[in-house]
Amino acid sequence: MAIQLYRIDDRLIHGQVVVGWGQPLNVRFLVLVDDLVASSDWEKELYRMAIPPEMEIIFADVGSAIRDHARYADDPRPGLLVTGDIASMYRLVKGVKAIGSVNLGGIHHRAGRAEKLRYIFLTQGEEQQLRELESAGVEVTAQDVPSARAVPLPEVLDGESR
Amino acid sequence: MNDEMIGVPDMPRAIVVGHGEFAGGLVSAVGQICGLADKLVVLSMMGKTPEDIEGAIREQIARTGARVIFTDLPAGSATLAARRIVKDDPGVVLVSGVNLATLLDFVFNTSVPPTEAARAAAERGKASLIVVGR
Repeated sequence: MAIQLYRIDDRLIHGQVVVGWGQPLNVRFLVLVDDLVASSDWEKELYRMAIPPEMEIIFADVGSAIRDHARYADDPRPGLLVTGDIASMYRLVKGVKAIGSVNLGGIHHRAGRAEKLRYIFLTQGEEQQLRELESAGVEVTAQDVPSARAVPLPEVLDGESR
Repeated sequence: MNDEMIGVPDMPRAIVVGHGEFAGGLVSAVGQICGLADKLVVLSMMGKTPEDIEGAIREQIARTGARVIFTDLPAGSATLAARRIVKDDPGVVLVSGVNLATLLDFVFNTSVPPTEAARAAAERGKASLIVVGR
């Protein structure tokens, strides 16, 4: 089944991921790729306790996610991979070269970011990284929940859909 | 039991946080049923980052002295934020999976400290989930 969704979401594990996407995709394992979380036992325990019993959670920093991606892809169970920021997904996609699509699920307001959609705010540097991913053949769309329309990257960057 | 132990009179005794309008709806129902909605602070997570949610809960704790946080989903951002707060201050109690029966039991139970009332209310909330029919 491999990874069904590669998502960028600054909330990492939360209702939209575990329930909103997890249930319709029947997700059975979740790969949380974050350098900070992967280095902290307390953070890992925090997220582990938020996961329903039928779902396995795997913690990885970007380097080990690149190394282990083939194993995730060969897993017979449906999986979901989430990073907390664009930079981590960018590094992962560049390192793996087998990721065909990326979902922008939630990148919220911070200093230096401009609103693109209600749930997507980007710096110029982040915009550039997303453009590079698309140029490399990765389909980038924004979609917070499965019932919403997947908004193509050019439309996201226009900001007209917000 | 002194007043300090059972909470500050006229101040909210707990914070309710949830997705969408969940917290507001639940507290509104408490108000409609028993008129004690002012014992609860409503926080919505809409459009907030995890840091925003955590900051908003901490702000309300500092403002009200509340020692109890009710959240909706165990996997929700609010629950994760609240768990960070409990880690820093083990005197705060988090109840995840809150429902109306839980909140009603909590607001009426003023004879014990709010943290103790929260534990009892959680049991009442669990017991209120019933299935009828085949």
